[in-house]
Amino acid sequence: MIAWGQREQLRLRSPARLKFDKARQTDMLLLPERVVNLNPTAGAILWLCDGTRSAHQIIGELEAKYNQSNLQEDVLEFLTQAIERGWIEKCP
Amino acid sequence: MSVSIPYALSAEITHRCPLHCAYCSNPVELAKREHELSTQEWIRVFTEASELGVVQLHLTGGEPLMRPDVDQLIRQARELGFFVNVITSGVGVTEKRMQQLVDAGVDSMQLSIQASEPGLADAIAGSRAHEFKQKTAALIREAGIPLHMNVVLHRQNIHLVEEIIEMCVSWGAIRLELANTQYYGWALLNRQHLLPTRAQLAAAEEAFFRAKARFDRQIELIWVLPDYYEDFPKPCMGGWGEISMTVTPDGTVLPCTAASSIHTLTFESVKERSLEWIWRESAAFNSFRGFDWMAEPCRSCEHRFRDFGGCRCQAYLLAGDARQADPVCQWSPHHELISDILSSLNQDHDEPSVTAPHRPVPSYSYRGRFKKNGGMTGDHI
Repeated sequence: MIAWGQREQLRLRSPARLKFDKARQTDMLLLPERVVNLNPTAGAILWLCDGTRSAHQIIGELEAKYNQSNLQEDVLEFLTQAIERGWIEKCP
Repeated sequence: MSVSIPYALSAEITHRCPLHCAYCSNPVELAKREHELSTQEWIRVFTEASELGVVQLHLTGGEPLMRPDVDQLIRQARELGFFVNVITSGVGVTEKRMQQLVDAGVDSMQLSIQASEPGLADAIAGSRAHEFKQKTAALIREAGIPLHMNVVLHRQNIHLVEEIIEMCVSWGAIRLELANTQYYGWALLNRQHLLPTRAQLAAAEEAFFRAKARFDRQIELIWVLPDYYEDFPKPCMGGWGEISMTVTPDGTVLPCTAASSIHTLTFESVKERSLEWIWRESAAFNSFRGFDWMAEPCRSCEHRFRDFGGCRCQAYLLAGDARQADPVCQWSPHHELISDILSSLNQDHDEPSVTAPHRPVPSYSYRGRFKKNGGMTGDHI
């Protein structure tokens, strides 16, 4: 279980990179020898992992953006998986 | 027919290479330096690839670092939004050169090795390269670039699988591709010296799983199957013209690096056509898309959605017709072309060691040194 601090900022883990691909009209996560086609929700979460926001801030922004109040569980589950897969990391 | 959007492009920016590996995936007819695309031509290819939807760019060769404009190509590729991977022999990488690659924006590097023993590794490469590779691995790591490594496995090094994995872990690799030799081009020419015995392969697979258990959290290990010993063929390239393409040094666009061996197809060049037209419209790229081109037994086979009939190059090179089932398939009418080779090899060699002790490797036709009349040259192409 990952503990989510109030101030721990999240960022993509080098060398992972996000790209909005015009040809497919979709967000993609580019990794060595791998490409992940992201669904709109996953893309929206990962674009916010830019080293300036904590998990709680990301949830807050997404809840405001989608006008919902119950995203915490889903977003934390996705962030947990993204950390386990090596896509993102907590800033040191 | 629906044409997919490609993900990856392998740019063979030169066929020149300091190594002479007898299993090289380049064609036997290597492209000459004077026919290589210019910097501007490569940039146009990358721009067109980006518009087409390609997101992964592999700069390979030959040795891509033999092109002095490689930094410029990386920089342009990064500006176009590619994830840029450089596949290198590691020869000639200095601290300064590494810094130039980092400044240009290289995302990851894949370093080839030949064996875990320097003498054997150099004999396989036909070049004193192993000690450079260790230094290059350290430079890549110190630069903070993810280090991937690859080794082609064959009869002279397959007994070293566990030692090779240990070495790559100690060099700091985070991913290692252990690729059993695929028999095209130079490797097909040298097949009699490269194909391992069944006993060697079984021992190597055991060693692989032992090492995987030991190092599972430190390194991602990829085992590329030795398809001659499989019952069914590999889903080659994820399908012809489905996921990726290769552009050769002179600008010819291929569905895979070995495809130029299929002489019944005409492959178009970026010098005459746009990359998009070649990918979507050219006869060569459409030849084996979908399932209508298949002959029996593939045509009605349940495996066709999984393996696409296997490899078109292998069907052409062994069975003489690229539309046939890959002869690796146990249901192929040409399967004896594979099974006869394996049974004769495995009868002749009851012992795993088939190399005389006084020499590390047999009389390979070394890449770039072999002439069709059987003579050898010292030329570095």
